[in-house]
Amino acid sequence: MPTLHAHATARLAMSPAVALLLAWMLVPLGMTLYFSFLRYNLLMPGLESFTGLGNYQFFLTDPAFFDALANTLLLVGGVLLVTVVGGVGLAVLLDQPFWGRGVVRLLVVAPFFVMPTVSALVWKNMLMHPVNGLFAWVAQGLGVAPVDWLAQLPLFSITMIVAWGWLPFATLILLTALQSLSREQKEAAEMDGAGPLAVFAHITLPHLARALTVVVLIETIFLLSVFAEIFVTTNGGPGTATTNLSFLIYAQALLQYDVGGASAGGVVAIVLANLVAVFLIRLIGKNLDA
Amino acid sequence: MTRAATVQRKLAFTVIGWSVGLLLFFPILWTLLTSFKTEGAAIQLPPKFLWFDWTLENYFEIQRRSDYLKHALNSGILSVGSTVLGLVVAVPAAWAMAFSPTRHTKNILMWMLSTKMLPPVAALVPMYLLFRDFGLLDTRGGLLAVLMLVNLPIIVWMLFTYFKEIPGEILEAARMDGADAAREIIYILAPMATPGIASTLLLNIILAWNEAFWTLNLTAADAAPLSAFIASYSSPEGLFWAKLSAASTLAIAPILVMGWFSQKQLVRGLTFGAVK
Repeated sequence: MPTLHAHATARLAMSPAVALLLAWMLVPLGMTLYFSFLRYNLLMPGLESFTGLGNYQFFLTDPAFFDALANTLLLVGGVLLVTVVGGVGLAVLLDQPFWGRGVVRLLVVAPFFVMPTVSALVWKNMLMHPVNGLFAWVAQGLGVAPVDWLAQLPLFSITMIVAWGWLPFATLILLTALQSLSREQKEAAEMDGAGPLAVFAHITLPHLARALTVVVLIETIFLLSVFAEIFVTTNGGPGTATTNLSFLIYAQALLQYDVGGASAGGVVAIVLANLVAVFLIRLIGKNLDA
Repeated sequence: MTRAATVQRKLAFTVIGWSVGLLLFFPILWTLLTSFKTEGAAIQLPPKFLWFDWTLENYFEIQRRSDYLKHALNSGILSVGSTVLGLVVAVPAAWAMAFSPTRHTKNILMWMLSTKMLPPVAALVPMYLLFRDFGLLDTRGGLLAVLMLVNLPIIVWMLFTYFKEIPGEILEAARMDGADAAREIIYILAPMATPGIASTLLLNIILAWNEAFWTLNLTAADAAPLSAFIASYSSPEGLFWAKLSAASTLAIAPILVMGWFSQKQLVRGLTFGAVK
């Protein structure tokens, strides 16, 4: 019975990966869920007690939670706006024939490979520093007052830093999708008298729809968890101006030592991420059948 | 279109393309240039773009002051180690799912993907406490295991999409010709699977090298890889831009080169095969 034998082997081959991921999911998830019902502070060991939904009540009515929720949405939305609009533009540009296109493509994708702590520190210091930064020098040259970016426009500045890193991702995926668009289709439309704008609106954009959805969903998953860029630039401040959900939970856990409150926050974050993940999984699953 | 118009159009796109490309690349270029300046020249305005006294002092200084090589070694061990370990677990799994699919295969793949979508911060408290209780905080072994688990779904998925493209009939043909299992693996499967495995290896080394949530939260002085070590330059005690630039240049250079080689795999790997 060869098939039965093959299936047993297959199951055996899969089991380590499945077991590891199952543990990686269930152990932290179970612990987070359990802690979220406890009054548990690392500074007061041995005083853990059951508190029901107390942590949720505390976390969800904390004004900082609403700030963090708004900041998370603004950060995700802002980066998506920049990367999707910029990514479509760059992909169309890189799809045109010009001299040195291969090199320009390398320059454009490079920021994606810069680790977040490096990109954040380079932007914070050498570009955005209010006295010695390049932006301040440019502002002087233009005769306007230099901006203290991370103090005056903190969330906007972080959005820019993060968007710089993700723009290449959107560009690469959209470019890959664009290159599968058949030349004949475009040429046929041009023969029929369609201008470049009409071709873009009626042929290019619809062709990109699927790739755009993928970009938006995958970026959203990663952007909901932006952390390092905030950690090394503003530490969530000034006030809570740049505290997103990830940073708020981190601060609750490792700065306030409030295990219970942070765990309730973690459960809230999982629920939010799942709202996006359901759509993404469905989309990728459809592709798997094809 | 006339020939002249075509050339004109190409010239226009060349100018636009290079301008945009250089603008986006500028922060990296500026970091590279600043790494060769003295600290004084690094913060000087108006900035000097090329005509400054070039020096390699910063590169020696970051080693003398903060043992740069230790952190670079940590990055290397953690990124390569976690990826190789991940491959050891993922290759058999992806192989089985691609060649002996059952009615559960799709659900298992989807479930694996969903674990990647859990926000890491939701696991921060338990992982921190487990690491503390088992003495794993600031150890390479602990972090290596976490990085492996973080990237395991991507590794399985990438391998699966590559293995899916290997025609199953070839295996049957070889079996008909009397090849035993060992021969089948050495002469037929290995050559066909190697490119996919290599791509997966490359992309996941990049992802693990740049990971900065777990490295920042679970390491300190000893096990910190570059992504966490660089964060020590965020202290407001002084402006060490030239040294920050030297450390940053070395931290991104090897990964940038690898990244340039793996652009195509990046699209496939990070879209889970949804865009090829």
